[in-house]
Amino acid sequence: MLVLEDVHTHYGKIEALHGVSVEVEKGEIVSLIGANGAGKTTLLMTVCGNPQATSGRVIFQGRDITREMTSNIMRSGIAIVPEGRRVFSGLTVEENLHMGGFFNTKPEIRKSQDHVYELFPRLKEREHQRAGTMSGGEQQMLAIGRALMSRPNMIILDEPSLGLAPLVIKQIFEIIGKLREEGITVFLVEQNAHQALNLADRGYVLETGRIRLHDTGKNLLANPDVQNAYLGG
Amino acid sequence: MAAHNLKHALFCAIITLVISYPILGFNLESEGTSIILEGAGATTILGVLLAAVIVFLFQLFRDSVMGSLRQLPAINPLANRKPMEQSKRLRLESTLLTLMIIGALIWPFLASRGAVDLATLVLIYIMLALGLNVVVGLAGLLDLGYVAFYAVGAYTFALLSQYYGVSFWFALPIGALLAALFGLVLGFPVLRLRGDYLAIVTLGFGEIIRILLNNMTSLTGGPNGIGGIPDPTLFGMEFGRRVKEEGNTSFHETFGIAYSGEHKVIFLYLIALVLAVITAVAIRRLMRMPVGRAWEALREDEIAAKSLGLSRTAVKLSAFTIGAFFAGFAGTVFASKQGFISPESFVFLESAIILAIVVLGGMGSQMGVILAAIAVTILPELAREFSEYRMLIFGAAMVLMMVWRPQGLMPMRRIHIELKRQE
Ligand SMILES: Nc1ncnc2c1ncn2[C@@H]1O[C@H](COP(=O)(O)OP(=O)(O)OP(=O)(O)O)[C@@H](O)[C@H]1O
Ligand SMILES: [Mg+2]
Repeated sequence: MLVLEDVHTHYGKIEALHGVSVEVEKGEIVSLIGANGAGKTTLLMTVCGNPQATSGRVIFQGRDITREMTSNIMRSGIAIVPEGRRVFSGLTVEENLHMGGFFNTKPEIRKSQDHVYELFPRLKEREHQRAGTMSGGEQQMLAIGRALMSRPNMIILDEPSLGLAPLVIKQIFEIIGKLREEGITVFLVEQNAHQALNLADRGYVLETGRIRLHDTGKNLLANPDVQNAYLGG
Repeated sequence: MAAHNLKHALFCAIITLVISYPILGFNLESEGTSIILEGAGATTILGVLLAAVIVFLFQLFRDSVMGSLRQLPAINPLANRKPMEQSKRLRLESTLLTLMIIGALIWPFLASRGAVDLATLVLIYIMLALGLNVVVGLAGLLDLGYVAFYAVGAYTFALLSQYYGVSFWFALPIGALLAALFGLVLGFPVLRLRGDYLAIVTLGFGEIIRILLNNMTSLTGGPNGIGGIPDPTLFGMEFGRRVKEEGNTSFHETFGIAYSGEHKVIFLYLIALVLAVITAVAIRRLMRMPVGRAWEALREDEIAAKSLGLSRTAVKLSAFTIGAFFAGFAGTVFASKQGFISPESFVFLESAIILAIVVLGGMGSQMGVILAAIAVTILPELAREFSEYRMLIFGAAMVLMMVWRPQGLMPMRRIHIELKRQE
């Protein structure tokens, strides 16, 4: 579904990704783990075309999107939950969701809104609250809900567990599992390696802009190198 | 704390002396061909000293003064009331607006000619401020060169009428569209800029347009400006004493009433009123449409907005273009009202005043902006008696205002969009 082939990405003169190849099949959850500054966010943003890859190819649903504009990519069935949630804090929960379905028709919006409220009953309760006044966990739910509003085939999540309590993290991971059941492909970036790999069908380990390892989630969890570096020994 | 305050106050007083004494304390007198420096009189020096003392005292007791200023809203009887429900508030607002418009329709027939003329100016500023409010208040793009689009509108009408004899009603849409086109074209290079950088570049654009108008003497008459801009007509009826254009009739003859210069002033006022209402309604509509929400989303979080597939280019350009469009509107009316325009009407101060109106009114709030436009235009007129001090009074009023209500007269209360459901 999503293929990255030998992708290099630069920030000015600095190369942040040194030839990364990743593949995500339809219907799976793929987790990408790595230390701070490894280039995880850069990799996801490269998929979204902001910044664009300087060489290599990004292919989504069989289409080369390497040189596409971000706005076009984001309208072609892919959605991202950006790092740090980034909800529109002055807008209400409902308005945030509507922004997510910006390019959909009213009936479609209504349907996906109901669906999001089913996944996150908490959001329904807070429908008319300003997003900026909600707790971190609620905002993360909203960010995920907003991404789902465009009815994507694939959702990309950048550290959804960042700064959340264990209970909320568990909830969020459950939801991510549910998304797979609904047929949405998930590409997940996490610091929380244990849970991310546990849930994932396959996983990649990114180190300073290069893929070090890739394997099934189970195998990576059992891998001594991964255990040492990312699972606290 | 007290010692610190004392030191600070002394410092401020000395600065006051250092700045004002050389400016006020010396006079340049010409004596034949040479210029000599003369000390000022005792009263001026006393005044400067007094000013320093006032600054000293104010700075010394600043905390308590500012503290009590901030208490002011508590005196305001409306401050503690509960916020109204949205539907109720909207209904109240629209009733109020309707009443205001009806009042504004009747009022010119009772008021003096000078007052109606001033009110027309207020309406022009309302149009300008509502337009700038889209750019600054809603889309969050700090535009310091807004007056350029106002100039484009005004000059479009002036030039079209001078060279092609085009009437007001034809020039109005052309001026607005041309201003919008300028907004679009000027918008492109500044798309990637934000905040301070955007402000500086737009400031530059505003000045470029003005300087161009000033220097293209053969076309625009340069600093001499363009005169003889015609008044608007009402279905081919002119408001002058004598008909200027062939095929037109005159208003007072058609209706068999005596000629009065007031007819024209009132007519212009009514046109400005209608256009201002159209501006307000159109922008209100836009705010609720997807494009309005896109402006807000982009202002709140550019990255998030982009991640949802919004195109930064399209959203920013639409804000620039629509804002410029209404400035073009206002410019055409202005040109017609004045009958004469020159680049001097479109200096940076004009941009600053429009921006001040938007900020004073409360960014994004239409009601606030309308109130602020009225206050900012009328206040200097009321203070006219104080002649040379009027800008000083105006400035002081603004400073007090921002201390008292930093969020503006009527901070924006967003209209929450809810999805209607069939139950
Ligand atoms: N806008 C930018 N300009 C320049 N360098 C950047 C920019 N964004 C990221 N980088 C650099 O690129 C490298 C990878 O950053 P990235 O944000 O992708 O890391 P990450 O794996 O997401 O880290 P974290 O887990 O902390 O989020 C870092 O060295 C970072 O300093
Ligand atoms: Mg990151």
